[in-house]
Amino acid sequence: MKQEETISAISTAAGEGGIGIVRLSGRTALEIGDKIFRSLNGRRLVDMEDRKMILGHVIDGSARTIDEVMAVMMRAPHSYTCEDVVEFHCHGGLIVLRNVLSRTLEAGARLAERGEFTKRAFLNGRLDLSQAQAVLDIIQSKTDAALELAEHRLAGSDELKELRQKLIDADAHIEAVIDFPEDDLEGVELDRIDRTAADVIGRLDEMLATETSGRIMREGLQTAIIGKPNVGKSSLLNYLLKSERAIVTDIPGTTRDSIEEYADIEGIPLRIIDTAGIRAASDEVERIGIERARDHAQRAELILALIDGSTPLTSEDEEIFKLIDGRDAIILLTKSDLPRAVELDKKFISISIKNGEGLDELKRAIVERAGLPSNRELNVVRDAREADALRRARKHLTEARDTIKMNIGIDFVSIDFRSALAALGELTGETVDEAIIDEIFSKFCVGK
Amino acid sequence: MSFQSGDYDVIVIGAGHAGIEAALASARIGCRTLLTTLSLENIAMMPCNPSIGGPAKGHLVREVDALGGQMGIAADQTCIQFRTLNVSKGIAVHALRAQADKKIYQAVMKEVVENTDNLDVKQELVEKIIVEGDRVTGVLTETGEIFNARAIILASGTYLNGRIIIGETICDGGPNGQRAAIKLSSSLIDLGIRLMRFKTGTPARVDGRSLDFSKMQLQEGDAQPQCFSFMTDEPVRNAVDCYLTYTNERTHEILRRNLHRAPMANGVIEGIGPRYCPSIESKIIRFPDKDRHQLFLEPEGLRTQEYYVQGMSTSMPVDVQIEFLHTIPGLERAKIMRPGYAIEYDCIDPLQLKPTLEFKSIAGLFSAGQSNGTSGYEEAAAQGLMAGINAAMTVKDDEPLVLKRSEAYIGVLIDDLVTKGTNEPYRMMTARAEYRLLLRQDNADMRLTAHGRRVGLVDDERWARFQSKRSEIESASRLLSGMMLTPSVETNGKLSAAGLEEIKSALPIAELFRRSGITYERLRPIFDLPTISTEAARQIETNFFYEGYIAKQSEQAEKLERLEEKLIPPSLDYDDILNLRAEAREKLKQIRPRSIGQASRISGVSPADVSVLLVWLERLTRS
Repeated sequence: MKQEETISAISTAAGEGGIGIVRLSGRTALEIGDKIFRSLNGRRLVDMEDRKMILGHVIDGSARTIDEVMAVMMRAPHSYTCEDVVEFHCHGGLIVLRNVLSRTLEAGARLAERGEFTKRAFLNGRLDLSQAQAVLDIIQSKTDAALELAEHRLAGSDELKELRQKLIDADAHIEAVIDFPEDDLEGVELDRIDRTAADVIGRLDEMLATETSGRIMREGLQTAIIGKPNVGKSSLLNYLLKSERAIVTDIPGTTRDSIEEYADIEGIPLRIIDTAGIRAASDEVERIGIERARDHAQRAELILALIDGSTPLTSEDEEIFKLIDGRDAIILLTKSDLPRAVELDKKFISISIKNGEGLDELKRAIVERAGLPSNRELNVVRDAREADALRRARKHLTEARDTIKMNIGIDFVSIDFRSALAALGELTGETVDEAIIDEIFSKFCVGK
Repeated sequence: MSFQSGDYDVIVIGAGHAGIEAALASARIGCRTLLTTLSLENIAMMPCNPSIGGPAKGHLVREVDALGGQMGIAADQTCIQFRTLNVSKGIAVHALRAQADKKIYQAVMKEVVENTDNLDVKQELVEKIIVEGDRVTGVLTETGEIFNARAIILASGTYLNGRIIIGETICDGGPNGQRAAIKLSSSLIDLGIRLMRFKTGTPARVDGRSLDFSKMQLQEGDAQPQCFSFMTDEPVRNAVDCYLTYTNERTHEILRRNLHRAPMANGVIEGIGPRYCPSIESKIIRFPDKDRHQLFLEPEGLRTQEYYVQGMSTSMPVDVQIEFLHTIPGLERAKIMRPGYAIEYDCIDPLQLKPTLEFKSIAGLFSAGQSNGTSGYEEAAAQGLMAGINAAMTVKDDEPLVLKRSEAYIGVLIDDLVTKGTNEPYRMMTARAEYRLLLRQDNADMRLTAHGRRVGLVDDERWARFQSKRSEIESASRLLSGMMLTPSVETNGKLSAAGLEEIKSALPIAELFRRSGITYERLRPIFDLPTISTEAARQIETNFFYEGYIAKQSEQAEKLERLEEKLIPPSLDYDDILNLRAEAREKLKQIRPRSIGQASRISGVSPADVSVLLVWLERLTRS
């Protein structure tokens, strides 16, 4: 059986489970797996036995560890999809899973469509006939959801339209000169085409930089409030939850368990971990162990680390400092209405819930961490699919610039431009060919 | 009044570029074939410009040739100037364009047609296509003759209900003062076939003796002219020159002043004209800022003084034509021999056709060429050939030949027509092909000769020639990929002695072709390689030099290929498939695609709809 192109997705339910799985299926699943996975025993996936778990790390482009994972490999046809399948069983939460997924995309996989694993399983004879309708329904649900979202997506943004138009302009010129070589047309200046490519790459980069912000807008910024007993965690929590009455309760695509609550800080949804734990502790004598703090800190994207400014530092505070080392954290020196008993050589904000000191500064710091651009409604990349398409467009344009350097003919430049346009077209749903031909005839006086 | 006049396997209506290829293909495959034409004098007539080829069109000619068609051979025999265009723009878009001697081309084609076994040629005006049930059975002519056949190919060009317009002068007719086929149009409508109304136009022909060529720019043929056909051995020659000149502000002023008399502007012309072939009056309307338009003076043949003024297509009244021509450098005293004119004609909506060019609703009825809404001799020839092949396959009850988009411009052309339709006369352009690096002029034989052989059009001689070239390429490629060079003193000595850059690490000889300017002929003496033909060497150089790009496109093409191979049963009821979106269902019901691949290219059918179709088909197969 000939296998299809390799697809990848997080295949466990969203939310905070103990383990999450990123699954690859297709022709190059093993190859991609080996690009991003280093086993502890040094063996490669292609050399491994089927269906044996192996411990190792998923690494990023600079060989830094993203997560410690168990990898398992199933060769075609003995897998769910009947294709070569690699699964990474990751330990981290959603953030880590996303990073592992991004790595598989970087390494050459395509993000799976909704229901695509199941579709392949069915087409390859894995599922029985009775499941056909279920498969059809899954595929269809994707369409409906996509339609609903379409209006609000990046696809409709002026920015993307403008980029697309720039590429179409450049490509139409190339193609006009190719198809009408004897017409009186201005020649194609490769310098100019190169500048267009560079310009669009720059703007794609700006858009891609909003990927995290886009997701934060959609799902909330996972936030931990940590600190020793009686440092003021629950007062801060109550302040954050109360300070804005517009508490976000209806953010699509996320599951919330009872211990999470959302606070809206200047439009940024904070998803605060273990609010129940914090509240419970305020009623009785708080006995939060450092273990619990560590667990929260690990899951968080933003840590609010509370240090009691009115009493000297303790060993527990030192533990807190260790926990936030190298992490995205804001240190808050609490109880600033009392005489200061702590000196810190780190950046911090002094706050007092009682008299409101430092709270505006705290809000500003949070907004800054979320990194939202000013025109955030329009040009923010909202999900992995959008980011994936933009990245591929970017890659083709980079290739176009290489082709220009090689100077082997404008036709080759247009091949890369067209691929870039096709990638953007996946978002906008527009096809390339007709658009370019229309452009040729509207812009150039060609023909006999 | 009517009487039975003969039985055939295949009847072709029209002996233009589509009709000829259709009839020759059908007869050569072994079907008893009748070719009808309004006038035996006008077989293979070129009513528009006297040239063949150009970007995408030259590609089509090569493909027609590789499949065993006639156009390339006839062009090589009769063309009088050859130029390869786009040489600096990339290997995939190199395009041969040749000036034809119209009369000699016609004479040569007439001779071929008249001397082909299984082929009768008759001067007849077909008035009716006879259909019984949903199957075609024959044709009825103006003189009452009934010819029976199992397949009919409509190749009626611009003759269907044709109307000629020269300014205020309007008459029914085909190109160049021919009769029009008026009744055939109504016969098609009676059969429930949807027609569209298109228009096209030509410029004036002027007397060469009245031109001052010294005021124009000379354009000569290539020093080393290429030919179209893979079978041509005789070197082709340049016998004439062309000339370039330009319109100017005075020309435009005259046109603007007379716009109210332009039929396309004053509403006389209703048909939709092609954007790529605008009349001079529409050029100045649409591009008012352009201060000049380029014109080509092309000789119509060796034994005529007629020159074709390419770029000056018009339907203005003759007095206006004379006035504006005289403003152009070199044409100040030009005498018009034939005025420019516009022609309006009926054509069928090609969405009614299968990718075999057979009507979905009428078995055995095929359509090819300008009657399918295309323009151009080459587009016509390509469709004619495919319709001829597929009509013959129907008669022989054999597998049809449907070329993929990744396989041939012909595949792109026909797929576009039957999947997307067209709302203007369709011209082939390289911009329409997504895999043009695979669809080069130089490898048309590698792509298509085997298909031609399968259907019975490629004779033993062509087949032997192709096989020998292919095996030369294959064995030399193997050799080059297998022969490892090490950066030894000896190797590098040889390389630098030949003026080539030395190598730093071990690599197969094939890798050397990645460097620019490396030819097989240059490496041959250095490494004692076998002598091979120039054509084979060219293929090898191209394949190695562009390997990365070619691989990328092949991979994309392959991804879609499997969807092409998944055929949709013609009986599929799209209303049963509830998960399709309404828009997609309507489109699918209208077009009834042959394969999932074709379905995926219909506008309004989303990738999710395609997935739904795939799952549905799998379910049908299993149950």
